[in-house]
Amino acid sequence: MSQSGQPILKHKFLLLSCTIIFFGWAVIQASTLYWYSIPLNDAVKDSLISAFTITVACYVVANALHYYQPGKEKVIYILVWIVSLSFLSLATIRYGIRWIIPDDDYRLFVNYSLPLRFLAASLLIGWMAIMNVLWNIQQNYSEYENRKADAEKMAREAELYNLRQQLQPHFLFNSLNSIIALITKKPEQARTMVFQLSDFLRGTLHKDDQKLLNIREELEHLQLYLDIEKVRFGHRLNVILQVDKSSESSYLPAMIIQPLLENAIKYGLYDTTGKVDIRIDVQKKENLLQIQIKNPFDSEVQNIQKSSGFGLRSVERRLFLIYGRTDLLQTKTEKHIFTAIISIPQVS
Amino acid sequence: MIKVLLVDDEPLARSILNEYLVDYPEFVILKECNDGFEAAKAIAEFEPDLIFLDVQMPKINGFELLELLEDPPAVIFTTAYEEFAIKAFEQYAVDYLLKPISKTRFDKSIQKFSSQNINLSKEGTKSFIQEVNQGNSLDRVLVRTGNNIKIIPVSKINYLAADDDYVCIYTDEGSSLKKNTLTYFEINLNEKEFVRVHRSYIVRINQITRIEPYEKDSHKVILKDNTSISVSKSGYTKLKKALEA
Repeated sequence: MSQSGQPILKHKFLLLSCTIIFFGWAVIQASTLYWYSIPLNDAVKDSLISAFTITVACYVVANALHYYQPGKEKVIYILVWIVSLSFLSLATIRYGIRWIIPDDDYRLFVNYSLPLRFLAASLLIGWMAIMNVLWNIQQNYSEYENRKADAEKMAREAELYNLRQQLQPHFLFNSLNSIIALITKKPEQARTMVFQLSDFLRGTLHKDDQKLLNIREELEHLQLYLDIEKVRFGHRLNVILQVDKSSESSYLPAMIIQPLLENAIKYGLYDTTGKVDIRIDVQKKENLLQIQIKNPFDSEVQNIQKSSGFGLRSVERRLFLIYGRTDLLQTKTEKHIFTAIISIPQVS
Repeated sequence: MIKVLLVDDEPLARSILNEYLVDYPEFVILKECNDGFEAAKAIAEFEPDLIFLDVQMPKINGFELLELLEDPPAVIFTTAYEEFAIKAFEQYAVDYLLKPISKTRFDKSIQKFSSQNINLSKEGTKSFIQEVNQGNSLDRVLVRTGNNIKIIPVSKINYLAADDDYVCIYTDEGSSLKKNTLTYFEINLNEKEFVRVHRSYIVRINQITRIEPYEKDSHKVILKDNTSISVSKSGYTKLKKALEA
């Protein structure tokens, strides 16, 4: 946002400073000349020509350095600009005055005062150049600060989301509620569920985001999750898991399937009131490990793409960060079945 | 005797409530329901005084269920989702139990319910549900005819007409009556898709095939299915603005 507003603001500043330079220079030079007994008429003419030329030179230097990025090796570049512009403007002033005030005495006076004029001109042009460079440095810095703040905010949000995902509070609270219900009626089952829940949680906490896991390990972890969900929704949740032998020695990032399975269960269960079949198919196709998850859904009731966007997006994002590809998660909806397919490249 | 219904899609979550209620013999559980549809039926049949209601349920959630009822009972919500508008809960004295539910917290809830006038609790449910539905973006409308609940996705609505205390919702498949005001729909429907062309009509913009002058100062629009709908003077201005945008 600062980038689009900045050139306009800068341009306004430039026009303002050019105006000040023009009038300031004209007034100061005219009064100085007049002080040294130059006729007012000539003093004003000389001052206007000089002021105009210097202002143009300042404008040129400001534009030339508009996109200049400060760097040590380029200081010489600025100096060259300042000196050549000063020379150029002095030459213009000299010939301009000779043309407008055709007086030999005045010509001599101009020649005599050239060093002083050069000094003043180069100081002003130099000042303009430095102001521009400082402005650029400052802008760069604030842009950098903005970008840094944005990046930090994103990292924080991602971290928080990850933490929340790891803890899965809703899953945890609902499971605890089930355990409480089981304690008096079926203490054995309650005990089993506590162990399943702790194994599952331990699994999630220990997983390293970057490490690759064997598909068997990941499926064992998923099985814990499914077992707990079956205690809660066993009366209508049916999960069919089919693992092709070809996939046995495949590896995948930890916890990449679970968010998708969670989605599938959630939407499967919440879109229908009857029994829900969830199919998981794992197979290896050429160099890709493919995991396909299918769940029933009701397109009329809700738009699964929209409402489960965050879960799907986080999986997509992780796959992109690990493999640098955006085509590894595909989803499709046909009739009343939603399908998500993850492909994990295998290093052979 | 206080007539109670338990509504939750997890049998174990219902069984814990069942167990806790054993201590309160005056509370009689008439039915346990798995989802909103079952609950709507059971509420019509048993006219309970109090329901324990899970928020997250298949197809229609707890809030949507209550919105369908003309005369909702007192409610104690049960949920694992702390983020649901807790402010509204407190404002309307509607109680909620966070899962996992402890016996102590449950007892408190029952005491609170017993100390309140039951009609006041029912009124509380009504105001609560109105408040909760205010801020919700509308992407589907639930209507009830007898024991049937129909879910109408907003994307299927062609136009709406005011009809006394009801709004008649027209889709390609027919029309359904919903107890509500047209103004509610005007506020909650996407203004890029729908325009209130008349005190009694809201029309989906892309259903309009043409606009014709009609008497002096007024117009009518002809929809894809040849329905003609009156457009008031101010409605015409709004329509023109929407079509230009």
